[in-house]
Amino acid sequence: MGRMEESPLAVYQAHLEKGELAYQWSPEARKAVFYPRVICPFTGIDRLEWRLSAGLGTVYATTVVHPAREGDPYNVALIDCDEGFRLMSRVEDIPPEAVRIGMRVKFRVHRPGSDDPPYPVFVPAEGA
Amino acid sequence: MNGLQRGSAAIVGVAESDLGAVAQDMSPIDLMAQGIHRALADCGLGLRDVDGLVCATAQSRTSGLALVEYLGISPAYIDTTILGGSSFMFHVAHAQAALQLGLCKVAVIAYGSTQRTIGRRHASVREYNPYETPFRPFLPSTAYALAASRHMHRYGTMREQLAAVAVAAREWALLNPAAWEKKPLTIAEVLSARMISYPFTVRDCCLVTDGGGAVIMTTSERARSLKKAPVYVLGCGQAITHANISSMPDLTVTGALPSGRAAYAMAGLGANDIDVVELYDAFTINTILFLEDLGFCAKGEGGSFVESGRIAPKGSLPVNTNGGGLSYCHPGMYGLFLLIEATRQLRGECGARQVAGCETAIAHGNGGVLSSQSTVILGTQGTV
Repeated sequence: MGRMEESPLAVYQAHLEKGELAYQWSPEARKAVFYPRVICPFTGIDRLEWRLSAGLGTVYATTVVHPAREGDPYNVALIDCDEGFRLMSRVEDIPPEAVRIGMRVKFRVHRPGSDDPPYPVFVPAEGA
Repeated sequence: MNGLQRGSAAIVGVAESDLGAVAQDMSPIDLMAQGIHRALADCGLGLRDVDGLVCATAQSRTSGLALVEYLGISPAYIDTTILGGSSFMFHVAHAQAALQLGLCKVAVIAYGSTQRTIGRRHASVREYNPYETPFRPFLPSTAYALAASRHMHRYGTMREQLAAVAVAAREWALLNPAAWEKKPLTIAEVLSARMISYPFTVRDCCLVTDGGGAVIMTTSERARSLKKAPVYVLGCGQAITHANISSMPDLTVTGALPSGRAAYAMAGLGANDIDVVELYDAFTINTILFLEDLGFCAKGEGGSFVESGRIAPKGSLPVNTNGGGLSYCHPGMYGLFLLIEATRQLRGECGARQVAGCETAIAHGNGGVLSSQSTVILGTQGTV
């Protein structure tokens, strides 16, 4: 493996800057890989292709975090994207306790502002 | 575990350090040393007999260096494997391997934590993860809550059943003078306590205490000449399935399944042969998951298994007889205390909470966010 000119995280975040949810594809394993890496965890091979997700997925697990001191309760969920990878995220636009396992959801980019990088969140996608 | 011989090594000394809220400015190494001193007294050995040193704490990156210096010894064998709360079960397997190979003759496994007095945030600093941290999971609670959500969805497990785990642990704790919690607890009180990460209230979550201790191991030959009846290592198993919860393959099946299988295979025993069960109950869902994955009930039936007092004192299966991480003590990496309690049960030293006729015990450790699982099966002289 040669020198990496760009880290897997930097490539992932550059896609998010453009409003895209990127993941890696292992051609040998014929499986999606997430989070992005320099070698494939299924084969150990250093050939991983970057692909763009269509942004549709299903809630796999969900919880509502209740902050001890200040702030409102908020959702934390694991989302299974249709391309076959799972990521941590949250479902927005509905009350956190209304998020249900099995719910269809769609990606949107969240830009927290200041110097923090964008990250993927999801919103309900009935019928998608 | 391949290469380890059933019964080749034994636990001969165990002790807790001070627990709960320790004196101001005690260090984790102070607690390790206190635990070692007491555990050596428990078996009649001295510090000069120790030539194997095994330790872990979240509060010192090089605790092996600190402990060697502090004790003034130069061990022939040293291991500071750290894999979260199950580290000490890994340590038992490593110490057994070292004893079998003759790398050392007496191994000490030690732990210390002052997370209550210095604050959990300082005791166990969370690493930034760009794929999880932005979502502000309250770790580790949120990770286990996600697993609970999945178990509830898939198997209909109810919050009342999770609460029954906390109530059983409390009933055992009331029989243990060393336990942190001293008052009875009801299902209703668990459900109405402050919500942390749904479905967990603060009563579904382990304590945040200080504490430490030590376990002394030696070869089975040497063990027979020491002060107390040896507790033999019959089986060891381990499995690491992930580090972060978003990478756990199936949130309802843990690495306790392969870890337990390996330990049972080495021991030549099954779940039906185990007299006392010590499980790493960082959260109420843990006990349910590990009862299932270690074969004490079928997958998905853990909720109904625990709901009617079956794992409480006077129930048919004694589980977490010291009161567990939920009600006895939880300094952050709890696994060592499971080994201490299992040993004491097998020796018949547990007073009001003693399980009658206890010949075999399982001590199952969990680390990270259901990430590292390690199982140790222990037995009395009669089982070897």
